[in-house]
Amino acid sequence: MRILFRTSYRQDLRLWRHAGDLFWYGLLGIVLLLIPATLGEFYVGELGGVFIFAIAGVGLMMLTGYTGLVNLGHAAFLGIGAYTNAVLLHAGVPFIITLPAAGLMAALAGVVIGIPTLRMSGLYLAIATLAFGAIVGTVLQKWDSVTGGFDGFAVPTPSIFGWPIEGATGVYYLSLAVLVFVLWVGANVLRTPLGRAMVAIRDSEISAQSMGINLALYKTVAFAISAGMTGLAGALFAHYVRFLAPDSFDILLSIQFVTIVFVGGLGSLHGAVFGALFVRLLPQAIAIMRDDLPFGIGRMPGLEPSLFGLILVLCILFEPAGIYGRWLKTKRWFQDYPLHRRSAKRRQKSYARSERLR
Amino acid sequence: MVDAVRLLQLVINGAAAGCIYGLIALGFVLIYKATEMINFAQGDIMMLGGFFAFALIAHVGLNYWVGAALAIALTAAFGFALDALILRRVIGQPQFAVVMLTLGLGFIFRAVAGITWGYDSVGFETPFTNRTVKLGGLVLGADNLSIIIGTVVLCAVLYMFFSRTRLGIAMQASSQNQLAAYYMGIPVRTVFSLIWAISSGVAAVAAILLAPVSMIDVNMGFLGIKAFAAAVLGGFGSIPGALVGGVIVGISEQLSGYYLPAGFQEVTANVVLLGTLVLRPQGLFSDALRKRV
Repeated sequence: MRILFRTSYRQDLRLWRHAGDLFWYGLLGIVLLLIPATLGEFYVGELGGVFIFAIAGVGLMMLTGYTGLVNLGHAAFLGIGAYTNAVLLHAGVPFIITLPAAGLMAALAGVVIGIPTLRMSGLYLAIATLAFGAIVGTVLQKWDSVTGGFDGFAVPTPSIFGWPIEGATGVYYLSLAVLVFVLWVGANVLRTPLGRAMVAIRDSEISAQSMGINLALYKTVAFAISAGMTGLAGALFAHYVRFLAPDSFDILLSIQFVTIVFVGGLGSLHGAVFGALFVRLLPQAIAIMRDDLPFGIGRMPGLEPSLFGLILVLCILFEPAGIYGRWLKTKRWFQDYPLHRRSAKRRQKSYARSERLR
Repeated sequence: MVDAVRLLQLVINGAAAGCIYGLIALGFVLIYKATEMINFAQGDIMMLGGFFAFALIAHVGLNYWVGAALAIALTAAFGFALDALILRRVIGQPQFAVVMLTLGLGFIFRAVAGITWGYDSVGFETPFTNRTVKLGGLVLGADNLSIIIGTVVLCAVLYMFFSRTRLGIAMQASSQNQLAAYYMGIPVRTVFSLIWAISSGVAAVAAILLAPVSMIDVNMGFLGIKAFAAAVLGGFGSIPGALVGGVIVGISEQLSGYYLPAGFQEVTANVVLLGTLVLRPQGLFSDALRKRV
């Protein structure tokens, strides 16, 4: 068991807790950089998809996991980012500008949806974001002078300073860089007063308000950060799929993002990455095992969404802390091996907070 | 110059669609009032009710009325089991856990229905299919009229149940104050499961009433999203509000489909929903109250 002694303020400010962290993350970074050289194009492409979903997952984690605001229309931000990027690139704007522009546009949309929903909480917010997602989806389909409607929209190949970003490897490295950037921003935001305020709002709006936190301001900022990150993911997603169809940003995609956050583990940046790995690789695992499953289960249409639903249900019922929570528990078990006690991970009993007024 | 007959017909068609939204919204409201949960799977339960009716009437070959009654009973039993076996376990967890749980359940129901009955639209013969009623210059479909009349009858029955019977009053009591209801000897848990049964039964009625107008298919549950607009417009705690909200949403949808450019009809319900939440979040039929600390 490792006990951390803090001996300087600088140590407290570091993003890693001890040398072991630095070693393992460094090793992970080197492995990720070397993957395109060793694995085949298919796996590189799939991992690129995982990174893009992880970026969007980090975005949703900032909102749902840390500020406690549910968003059932997260795919709308992805769609806004994707179309902004594609339309600007088509107009001849260089990629180095369109990528941040996609993030900014989505952040703007986040503010637009954030402001009217400030007065809502919990259930109303879930319903309102669901409606927002549906409206954006319909607009993308019907506004065919810009989005091309159901004909789709071919995304031009981007280039940075004359270097074209092509194929699975290009998207892989680009997404990896953006993911690292987004994780860095997220981890830093969470250590600032802004991040503390977000967590305070999540834990209790009323107590946060009485501590002098401006709920409207911080909720709007949380929406903007979350949507901006997802907009970046959308820009990359456009290059990942290369051909945008307006109906791909529907409620099913929003549910996938929510699944990332819940299955990965609410309230941890690690969870967003674990969740993205899980959500992206599950369909592949099904595709590989399709022929070996009994009773022809693998060939049934609609298997995938129902599996997502089932996993979401099981996760909420049996492991609300998600994959990352399970990982922490396993780690603890090994750390204090002979002295492990069952009660250490028992969930605290909580009571529902009533929203009733009388 | 707006054609008065045309307008009236649009309003009646809209009111019929609105009654369906209102009935689904009624299910949301009943469950929300009792347990403070929102059942995002309500639309999918409606879909299951429709398929039960289809299986009983078209496959087994029962009479329309017998089959419909059986389907409603089956769906109600399903709702009871759903609460007793699954949803009761998440009481005390954060509210969005329930939202996610019911969303996930909705996806499972959809897949199970798809695997059992296929992904094609199906329909069954009803006494109201393809008949019209002439009232002066108006030509009305018997199917639309049957929806409106069925909704009114169902509401009257529910009103009598909640205000006149022992069980109905026990349900009101446990919605208002669980603890006091326990002290009075009401089995609150069973009562909550029964409320789930009623709201599932109402959803099945909606599906059966809708059957002559539109086909039954796996994605029918997406109507539930429109029903949210109805429930929110009515104030989410008010039973008459849900129905009035549903009718308003249905009529505005029909009118915007006729008078506004293409594409507006699909978003009308969502715009009404967002508009209500921005302008009057407490809905039309609810008093403004501040949250108690």
